[in-house]
Amino acid sequence: MTSTSSSETHVAPQADHGDPARSWLARIAEGRAWLFLAALIICFEVWSRLSFGATFVLNPFNVQSIAIFAVAPLLLATGQTFVIISGGIDLSLGFIMGLAAVVAAHATNMAGAAMPVPLAMMLGILAAVIVAGVPGLINGLLISRLRIPPFIGTLGMFGVARGAAFLLAGGTTVPVQNSWFALLGNGRFYGVPYLVIIAAVFVVVMHYILSQTRFGQHNYAIGANVQAASRAGIDIRGHILRLYVLSAMCAGLGGALYAARFTAGAAQAGEPLLLDSVAAVVIGGASLFGGSGTIFGTVAGALVIAVIQYGLVFVNVEPFWQFIAVGLVIIISVLIDQAQRRFSGARQDE
Amino acid sequence: MNSSEQTAPLLEVRHLSKHFGAVQALNDFSMAVRPGEVVALAGDNGAGKTTLIKAISGVFQPTGGEILLRGQPVTFATPQEAREKGIETIYQDLALADNLSIGANIFLGREPMRKAFGFLPVLDRKAMAVAAKQTMGRLDFHVSRLDAPVSNFSGGQRQAVAIGRAVFWDAQILIMDEPTAALGVPEQRKVISLIHQLKAQGRGVIFISHNLLDIFAVSDRIVVLRRGVQAGERKISETNHDEVVKLMVGG
Repeated sequence: MTSTSSSETHVAPQADHGDPARSWLARIAEGRAWLFLAALIICFEVWSRLSFGATFVLNPFNVQSIAIFAVAPLLLATGQTFVIISGGIDLSLGFIMGLAAVVAAHATNMAGAAMPVPLAMMLGILAAVIVAGVPGLINGLLISRLRIPPFIGTLGMFGVARGAAFLLAGGTTVPVQNSWFALLGNGRFYGVPYLVIIAAVFVVVMHYILSQTRFGQHNYAIGANVQAASRAGIDIRGHILRLYVLSAMCAGLGGALYAARFTAGAAQAGEPLLLDSVAAVVIGGASLFGGSGTIFGTVAGALVIAVIQYGLVFVNVEPFWQFIAVGLVIIISVLIDQAQRRFSGARQDE
Repeated sequence: MNSSEQTAPLLEVRHLSKHFGAVQALNDFSMAVRPGEVVALAGDNGAGKTTLIKAISGVFQPTGGEILLRGQPVTFATPQEAREKGIETIYQDLALADNLSIGANIFLGREPMRKAFGFLPVLDRKAMAVAAKQTMGRLDFHVSRLDAPVSNFSGGQRQAVAIGRAVFWDAQILIMDEPTAALGVPEQRKVISLIHQLKAQGRGVIFISHNLLDIFAVSDRIVVLRRGVQAGERKISETNHDEVVKLMVGG
């Protein structure tokens, strides 16, 4: 009885054999956001040439505009990507961004009276990011310590941040008096807007955190099986806390860049962007049930939304069609995801 | 097998009690596990098996009695402490993150890092994959794609991953709660032979099961619980199904 029968345990993995149809479908599902993006660009290019005899995507002005257009939703969506992978959602990001935009404007103006212009700008951005972290910290405490569901906790913070932002702005927009700040929001480096450069660097850093650090790895594990993560010794409460601070700070940076672009802080800056951020994450391939998603998928998702919104205006379609188009893309994206899951889910043992 | 009588126990539980308010879930319970020994815990639902393993694995503290590890009394404030002392619990609901690879699951919470470009700390996925391959090899479990998420594998294979994680971190005592319950018959066989492997490696196994066939296939001794007390302890070689069932139901 003590002798072992090793020959019995030779196990051939059941589902990881190279079924070409399966891996093909999985690859399409994984990269679907980029496929959407390519399809949309081709579609608008053809449309534009047929209707106006003008190029859409080869026009550098269009590319720049789309890129700038995508920056703020993308910043919200990167934070949202982390949260959604963990199995949560952050509804407060839109107004945290608004709050941060107002804080950036006020702080830059106040600091401008006391110190050189570039320093005042830096201080304004820093203040926006740090102040944005406060509602994030409260979100994290509510969710991790008091066990409030993320949907409810961040919905509450949505209201609080909204009120705080409007109160701080005195119910109006706060103009920024800082020439460097305006340059940051509208200047270009060899034709590439500073905003786009900042967003690109930011995206690479966030991709690194999600894919190459323990924090990112634990984020995936928590989203897939929070019990397993907890049993493996991961500090779930600490992680959740840091997670919501991180997502709020992403929105904070988004708010600061918004204030730079429009040289004004407005409480409602991020209001329409919240759902765009969720849409970008979902189009980018994340599951709202948690456990999957990538930063670069989200980048593609944000670009898809930006191309739809800008492209429809460019080909002179009534703007309300944007909502319908974005909505359809979300639904198609989720359908592809589910089809792929059902197909690869055939391995279930029951 | 007889030599196990003489070796000192790896784990010993003495007069362990646990009550929840007025409910006595476990009462003056004693047992021992020696190196290379598989001890089956049997008993009806609510007999106190789960309470016992939760007390041993640090999920909660016993109300009375003591736990000795290699003769030394120990107390565990958390399951983490028990794990650090080499007591690993493998739950039937498979404590794995399905979206991660075998290596990532083995290292979950203790991921190895390396420096990319000489300065940037990044997850050492290669080290994780190598360790995964070696560990699974020790369990005679061979996987072709180490980067695939464990959701691609069958229930028995995932059970092997959970066991592999315990083996990698050098658990000396594995508590397995119904490891075969959710599996088909061929998969159950694989898990049984995995337990044989653990035994051959000199680890102690506490094996909880409702399935007497499994218990008789793999255990050295069986301890029967009934309503929180020890209803009997038998060597597998000296007992039979009928006697065990009688002990369980109190005939």
